[in-house]
Amino acid sequence: MRGPTTVEPVPGRTDELIINMGPQHPATHGVLKVVIGVEGERITRAVPHIGFLHRNHEKIEEARTYPQIITYTDRMDYVSGLQNELPFILAVEDLLGVEVPPRAKLIRTIFFELFRIASHLVWLGTGMLDLGAITPFLYTFRDREMILEITEKTAGARMLPNYFTFGGVRRDVHPDFFKDVAHFLDFFETRLPDYYALVLDSPVFQARAVGVGVLSRERAIARGASGPVIRASGVAYDVRKAEPYDAYPELEFEVPTRPEGDVFARFWVRFKEMEESVKIIRQALEKTPKTGPYKGKVPPRVKPKPGARYRAVEISRGHLGTYVVSDGSERPLRVKHRSPSFANLQLIPDLFVGARFADAIAILSSLDPVFGEVDR
Amino acid sequence: MLWQLFVTAVKALVLILALLFTFAYITWIMRRGLARFQVRLGPNRVGPAGLLQPIADAVKAIFKEDLTVARADRVLYWLAPLIAFTFALAAFAVIPVGPDGWVVANLDMGVLYVFAVSELAVYGIFLAGWASGSKYPLMGGLRSIAALVGYELALGMAILPVVLMAGSLNLQDIVAWQQTHGYFILWQFPAFLVYFVASLAEMSRTPFDFAEAEQELVAGFHTEYASMKFVSFYIAELLHWITGSALIATLFLGGWAAPFGLPQIPVLWLFLKWAIFIFLVLWIWASWFRTRYDQMIRFAWGVLLPAATVWFLITAYYVAKGGAL
Repeated sequence: MRGPTTVEPVPGRTDELIINMGPQHPATHGVLKVVIGVEGERITRAVPHIGFLHRNHEKIEEARTYPQIITYTDRMDYVSGLQNELPFILAVEDLLGVEVPPRAKLIRTIFFELFRIASHLVWLGTGMLDLGAITPFLYTFRDREMILEITEKTAGARMLPNYFTFGGVRRDVHPDFFKDVAHFLDFFETRLPDYYALVLDSPVFQARAVGVGVLSRERAIARGASGPVIRASGVAYDVRKAEPYDAYPELEFEVPTRPEGDVFARFWVRFKEMEESVKIIRQALEKTPKTGPYKGKVPPRVKPKPGARYRAVEISRGHLGTYVVSDGSERPLRVKHRSPSFANLQLIPDLFVGARFADAIAILSSLDPVFGEVDR
Repeated sequence: MLWQLFVTAVKALVLILALLFTFAYITWIMRRGLARFQVRLGPNRVGPAGLLQPIADAVKAIFKEDLTVARADRVLYWLAPLIAFTFALAAFAVIPVGPDGWVVANLDMGVLYVFAVSELAVYGIFLAGWASGSKYPLMGGLRSIAALVGYELALGMAILPVVLMAGSLNLQDIVAWQQTHGYFILWQFPAFLVYFVASLAEMSRTPFDFAEAEQELVAGFHTEYASMKFVSFYIAELLHWITGSALIATLFLGGWAAPFGLPQIPVLWLFLKWAIFIFLVLWIWASWFRTRYDQMIRFAWGVLLPAATVWFLITAYYVAKGGAL
């Protein structure tokens, strides 16, 4: 069913104010525009407009060779950059029939989870900023900086490292890598209780979050939500469990869920996910041999046999899938990304209508969209 | 008569200059202080420890282009910052900074004056929201009026026990009473709590800074203001913080009077006590969330006002029984 594409003022109605929230607005996390009708502070209608950051990823990728595409995928969800490379790489590896050495799988998993923590830290900081707390932003960015430094030492770049590659990773990890990651985990575990105390336990925060923007289980499934958003509505869907990839089958972790579906639940789920990520990384660090192959045997010219493959991973925001169609040449015939924020953003009319204007901001930050990935 | 007028004028001038100077350096304290809370340095480039930063900011603000929005109501658009600025400045006039003559206007109803004047400043905010001809400022203006209805009653009710006990609305008398009987923060702790929370709303500081909630309303009522007109609002806003803190220090912490039998130095003691509340507000600002404005109103009407009323009745009973202490 197609929803309304715009919000027109109702003739003769004077108690409703139509506001263009965005694309330039401090709390839209990029370039979202939501046209909303408000009656006082109560939202009566909401229509999201996207596409301001459209860069034509999928079409460009048809004109690039397979190794070149990896660097484009980084730039979808730039907050958790490295994670975006994986579904494309997994799909191409399947088409190529490449075997990935276990050590490479573990390294990829460690980085994957490190970027989940990094991304959730950005979300936490900006989400708190949206709720009027200005300090957490700087704390979380300090913690995130440690992850970026670890990435920089190994991969050479910070946010968009272009580090994963077909058959493993591009180069072996830096000699300090294991020590650095262990140090970060120790540090981060001392930080987490503070974040719990300052955010989830704060009565002011609970007043803003509990019972606000409630998303029912049915609605979440119907709209194709994924990631922390659907898990906060009581659906234990996690690609890492549903279709395990890389080293996840051999690692033990839980999928935190909460039945309420409100803003608080979505915050809580992301907090728990950071905890689970720490657990996953600790296990993976133990299992990873210090030396060994970091890349499987890949032909110098990447020319997968004709066919199509869809692979999905659980990035910080949910189910990111990539569909690759190969015609046997060096360039894919078609690449399609299924991005989680795009689907999660469809919930805006459901969640905004009836909420207060100040709640809308809290709801939006609990959906945590990244527009590089919504618009691609 | 003429001489008196002259003395008052000089006092007023000195006070205005002192307040503007305080404003300039409160921006520095605010930015450096918040930076300390936020594991960063804050402005430290202009002058030693960034002390010349306020001057650099002032110069920058003056040279900014002064835009007027096309859909603005021009008269009100100009008037609004003026109202906000003037009344914010005027509120301090009755707060004594030392004994006897150390006050611009020693009014018998000083407490009422402070209330009346600082609430008039809300007109500036609301008119700014209205006259901007823009939607976010309008919502910011509406919010500040709605909030005023909420916190103002609690604020007034919290002050009544103090007035009742001191037996006067004159701030000098209230200070004098505290010198002989002990600070009101000890006598009137519940009233102090209510007053402090409500005055956070009056100063529009976290957790009640929703009138200009950046993430919701861009910049609230002053979204469409630039250059010196914006600075007028900024000054007004910080002056509310300055005056509000000084008023709490006067009402509950003995004002200009020296504690523990230390030597009486005008200005100094009020300044030190004032600094405590400036810091407290900064601390809350750095560590709390913003409430929703309907929650704040519910809190003000449902918790603060009943609590203040009950405490007022208790105090009234006490004073009636024991006579004016």
